[in-house]
Amino acid sequence: MGTKESTQASNAHLTTPTRLTGAEILWATLVGEGVTDVFGYPGGAILPAYDALRKFPIHHVLVRHEQGAAHMADGYARASGKVGVAIATSGPGATNLVTGIATAMLDSIPMVCITGNVPSKVLGTDAFQEVDITGITLPVTKHNFLVSKTEELAGALRQAFQIAQSGRPGPVLVDITKDAQQGTAIFDFEAAKPQPYRPHPMLRVEEAGLLHAAELIRNAKQPVILAGHGVMESGAMEQVRTLAERAQIPVALTLLGLGGFPASHPLNLGMMGMHGEAWVNHAIQEADLLIACGMRFDDRVTGNLATYATKAKKIHIEVDPAEVNKNVKVDVALVGDLRAVLEDLLPRIPGRDGSAWLKTIDASKGAVAVRDIKNLPDSGHLYAAHVVHDLWRATGGNAVVATDVGQHQMWEAQYFHHDQPRSLVTSGGLGTMGFALPAAIGAKIACPEKEVWVIAGDGGFQMTAAELSTIVQEKIKINIAIINNGYLGMVRQWQEFFYERNYAASGMVSPDFVKLADAHGIPGLTVRTRAEVDDAVQQARKADGPFLLNFMVEKEDSVYPMIPAGNSLHEMIRRPGKNPLVESPED
Amino acid sequence: MLHTFVAYVEDLPGVLTRVASLFRRLNININSLTVGRSERPGQSRLTLVCEASAEAGHRIRASLFKLENVVDVDDIAQAPSVTRELALIKVAASPKNRAQIFDLVEVFRARIVDLTSESLMIEMTGVESKIEGLIEVLREDDGRILEICRSGKMTMRRGHHVSSVLKAMGAVDEAPGNAVPVAVGDVAANEPE
Repeated sequence: MGTKESTQASNAHLTTPTRLTGAEILWATLVGEGVTDVFGYPGGAILPAYDALRKFPIHHVLVRHEQGAAHMADGYARASGKVGVAIATSGPGATNLVTGIATAMLDSIPMVCITGNVPSKVLGTDAFQEVDITGITLPVTKHNFLVSKTEELAGALRQAFQIAQSGRPGPVLVDITKDAQQGTAIFDFEAAKPQPYRPHPMLRVEEAGLLHAAELIRNAKQPVILAGHGVMESGAMEQVRTLAERAQIPVALTLLGLGGFPASHPLNLGMMGMHGEAWVNHAIQEADLLIACGMRFDDRVTGNLATYATKAKKIHIEVDPAEVNKNVKVDVALVGDLRAVLEDLLPRIPGRDGSAWLKTIDASKGAVAVRDIKNLPDSGHLYAAHVVHDLWRATGGNAVVATDVGQHQMWEAQYFHHDQPRSLVTSGGLGTMGFALPAAIGAKIACPEKEVWVIAGDGGFQMTAAELSTIVQEKIKINIAIINNGYLGMVRQWQEFFYERNYAASGMVSPDFVKLADAHGIPGLTVRTRAEVDDAVQQARKADGPFLLNFMVEKEDSVYPMIPAGNSLHEMIRRPGKNPLVESPED
Repeated sequence: MLHTFVAYVEDLPGVLTRVASLFRRLNININSLTVGRSERPGQSRLTLVCEASAEAGHRIRASLFKLENVVDVDDIAQAPSVTRELALIKVAASPKNRAQIFDLVEVFRARIVDLTSESLMIEMTGVESKIEGLIEVLREDDGRILEICRSGKMTMRRGHHVSSVLKAMGAVDEAPGNAVPVAVGDVAANEPE
């Protein structure tokens, strides 16, 4: 990190217009925007910027692959609500960011990515390490900038921060040519302030809509609130809770909505959709009113649209007008910021007795609960669900958990009960494997006081395992739980259900993860039975530094219930009554 | 159905790509696209015509507005409006058969804008069907048409129409009597000469 010389002087730039190099303007603007940490990787076209870094009070995390930088910035943003910043050089450095940018785009994460580019006079000549990164990222950014003039840099960066955070948040990329970094310009932070943000002109919350919504809620017999990621992005946790409690309406959550409404709340139904529990999806199918709050009726949530909640009237409160009536036709659209809309709506909602409907839902849980994996006899084998459940208990549910994508992600969503917003960091929309480890690093840098766990599969973990070194170099404490079943588990599950158990290319040989961790100087343990889980988790938590747990779980376990893609929400594959699990020879 | 979007966009490099990319992503073919300077400094006006489902109109407009460089979008749909297209057509014509083409041009109220010993160029402005009509007649002689250059449609609402966005920006005064556009009978609502 180096010494922070002339920190005072660099902050003075923010108030007094000063001539600076583009590289200095870059960092000074970031400081002005409140940035304290960035995740990056240097290279030729961004070297002028790195040369100036030491003059500014910004902590730079050196990643091992630029995808890691983007995921760290993303995890940082998800855990803290602040804008995450990733930085990379031109060409391959820039293209390596793309998966991470797309991940943030699909999940509406505020992020600013900075890339260097070749000098402006050779733009478009296929110069060494030149790539058209603004062209490449056009469909996966909320907006992007190509800056080739030093005097335009501060304005572009400030606008990038504004765009990233406003309306429906998203990633913004600023591509800066090398000569724009090397040139000088008068830096005037105040003058570079963008125009006030223009809200989307199609936002519309009309009195008539509010009245109609209130009337639907008053008259509903079987209402369900569908709460999504927007609850957190809008900071509407309290308002959603007030609505639920006052009108006694149960709340179902999307994957990214988990934590937006406390899991321990009696009105919390749990996660909806493809791997949601049966009673949640049944409640939605039986509902006469759905109140969708900051969610977008994703296909993993609705299943077959033709049979989705056909009995229900629908109220959609959503900040993005392009999401309204996209997948599901709604009766009332309140297009605006969720929190503001709910604040307008709540005074019109009287208390309501919802006990009959809540009893009906409760009664529907009975048969399902006995088939839950937690109730399977302990055969001495280790199930991923047990691991997640025990981890949740051991941490009191207070940890921030970053997951990869696949079976373990769904088990996490089912068995780790999130009471706090921003405590689950997971790639929902894009479903990016390799997300967990770097995202957890970002989350830990953003929230150093929090206990951070990675839960990853053996497949996804290997995609970004190089970031173990980053943990060590940054001297941060992250606990890693690898759910190791020797397969790309969700792929194997689909092959079992839909491809006649043709396990094509889904079996995976992995290194000894404990030895791999050891090579990085990170201690670890392999866990094979449920009896060992608790001790191992406590050992990891007590360790001063990072710790890796390698959980050797049942190889051919599946996530239940499951609604096959495109099926109706009530057509689910349930956990078979008898234990059908194939015992692996190793166990 | 055929959608016609009129948009004001910032006059900057790459803005057209952003607009076009949105339609590419939705797998919608752009039938025609015209862009040029507008009455607003620093903003271009474009008319984009495409085929998409009736419900898609709302989402396309909402998505266009999400592009940072897009200032204003109007979905003309069935609103009373005037649409025009410009065509330049070069045809082979010798001194012998020129007169016949002159007659055609007269009938279609087009103009001859260039004349050489072997060819002439016709300029024509009008609605799409009228331009199609002239081309069809010219095609009756094989090989006569040498080149066709068409601008694509340009559309403007009839009457005093000012978008809500402009009003919100304070770019226009909302003077009393500025009523909604009025279609003066069928002829006016459709496409007069």
